[in-house]
Amino acid sequence: MSESFTKGMARNIYYGGSIFFFLIFLALTFHTVKEMPKRDNRENITEAVERGKHLWEKNNCIGCHTLIGEGAYFAPELANVYDRRGGGNEVAFKAFLNGWMKAQPLNIPGRRQMPNFHLNDQEIDDLAEFLKWTSELDDNNWPPNIEG
Amino acid sequence: MNTLKYQSQAVAKPYFIFAMILFVGQILFGLIMGLQYVVGDFLGGIIPFNVARMVHTNLLIVWLLFGFMGAAYYLVPEESETELFSPKLAIALFWIFAAAGVLTILGYLLVPYSTLADITFNELWPTMGREFLEQPTITKLGIVVVCLGFLFNLGMTILKGRKTAINMVMMTGLVGLAVFFLFAFYNPTNLALDKYFWWFVVHLWVEGVWELIMGAILAYVLIKVTGVDREVIEKWLYVIIAMALISGILGTGHHFYWLMTPEYWQWVGSIFSALEPLPFFAMVLYAFNMVNRRRREHPNKAATLWALGTAVMAFLGAGVWGFLHTLSFVNYYTHGSQITAAHGHMAFYGAYAMIVMTIISYAMPKLRGIGEANCNKAQVVEMWGFWLMTVAMVFITLFLTGAGILQVWLQRLPESGEALSFMATQDKLAIFYWLREIAGVIFLLGLISYITSFFITEKKAQA
Repeated sequence: MSESFTKGMARNIYYGGSIFFFLIFLALTFHTVKEMPKRDNRENITEAVERGKHLWEKNNCIGCHTLIGEGAYFAPELANVYDRRGGGNEVAFKAFLNGWMKAQPLNIPGRRQMPNFHLNDQEIDDLAEFLKWTSELDDNNWPPNIEG
Repeated sequence: MNTLKYQSQAVAKPYFIFAMILFVGQILFGLIMGLQYVVGDFLGGIIPFNVARMVHTNLLIVWLLFGFMGAAYYLVPEESETELFSPKLAIALFWIFAAAGVLTILGYLLVPYSTLADITFNELWPTMGREFLEQPTITKLGIVVVCLGFLFNLGMTILKGRKTAINMVMMTGLVGLAVFFLFAFYNPTNLALDKYFWWFVVHLWVEGVWELIMGAILAYVLIKVTGVDREVIEKWLYVIIAMALISGILGTGHHFYWLMTPEYWQWVGSIFSALEPLPFFAMVLYAFNMVNRRRREHPNKAATLWALGTAVMAFLGAGVWGFLHTLSFVNYYTHGSQITAAHGHMAFYGAYAMIVMTIISYAMPKLRGIGEANCNKAQVVEMWGFWLMTVAMVFITLFLTGAGILQVWLQRLPESGEALSFMATQDKLAIFYWLREIAGVIFLLGLISYITSFFITEKKAQA
């Protein structure tokens, strides 16, 4: 590196550049949070959705599944499972999820095993509400197709 | 024989040893998960995949934190030219952190996760069950306490001593680590906000402040092993971390493409994260440049190898493999696929696992009173460890990339109705997963070789 470019100049670029771009980041974050209500349907977050999110967290679902692409890559995407398995129909999806959760573990030799989390009907219903609400989020059109 | 410049540097030793023990655990659980990818019911009832993954990733984070802390306790006194403010506090925090870490891992393994949530009163302040932040709230509080004590200790040391660029950058990185961790306590009901601010911990750690820590450790080791003038090395350090933060802060946008966020993030994220490889490329140039301009032949060849290796592998893993899927129109198809896993593995190994092993390689012979370097035989075994682990990681990354490309081809690119389902796609990827598991076993052999090198000592000539 050229001798005329000194350590002091490098330091100033570091401090100045980082602070400048961090402020831009904060400004964009502020704007994003302000825009978010248009996309997250927060008026539809019922108590059931809230309980469903706690169940989702309490059973570490993210340890195998992804939710909008984030999580583990061991089991299917679940942000659109409401559409994939329920065809966007609440009654059909709830029936599916109830049957599915109770059938675990499937015990098919060699197949990846989903544990049984011993949720009761009310809890499975809450989880379904959370997944339904999640499926309705405007996430810029991801995933590319129904398979997630 | 005492080979430490400042006696209080010795507190780094338990941190380094414990980091290595956790590293072994991390790899063993990695192998379990790797096998579960192809033999789905392996240990299914005893260690379900989600538990193994939580142990694998949490052990990684915790051993890296132990490594960073050990590195700080080792280099800050020497850079400050004064003894550590309180060695007793450093040792006390070591035991607190180690106990909290072990208890948390045991909690993951011994009781169902929902039980762990209940017995740690998660409902009082729910923070559990989010990727990488699975720790019980009480453990998270413990981490904050340990970090505060640690920063206080280092801060007091630097205040009474010399304030070098390396010290200041290291401190900035560590303070940033502690500050951004506070977002782990923010878990709103609204998933849109939860996900957005979750990245303030995850991205601003690994693509932000951790790069400062890495840069500072690398600069310190390069000064020691090359003898190149501090002014030159510190100038490079500033340039590299300036590029890292200027690209990396707005680069956070590459995680905001598919959240409940405005579309401009697709532009901001693509442009700035496309620049993120630059600091890593500069780091490669710098490491090789400094070693070529060395003014001394340091006897610790292994440490020099680690220093060059971490620069190269960080560039490949974080830089090249990150760039592969960072542009929004590519990421639309690759998001959350095995491509992400490929990038994650090589980036964490190259940038963070290897920088911790660099400082351990440099510092351990001194901490153990052996001298400037281990004996030749120990260094040869250590370098076997380096090459086996590094080459194995290259293959793990290549196999996961192969799996990812095929996954995108079968599951993501076709229209709904024609695309293969997730599980059907996974069956088609089995060959890649088997090869990855074999590469993982080679990695374990490399790790065993690396650990073995600590136990090889020169036979003393009989008097």
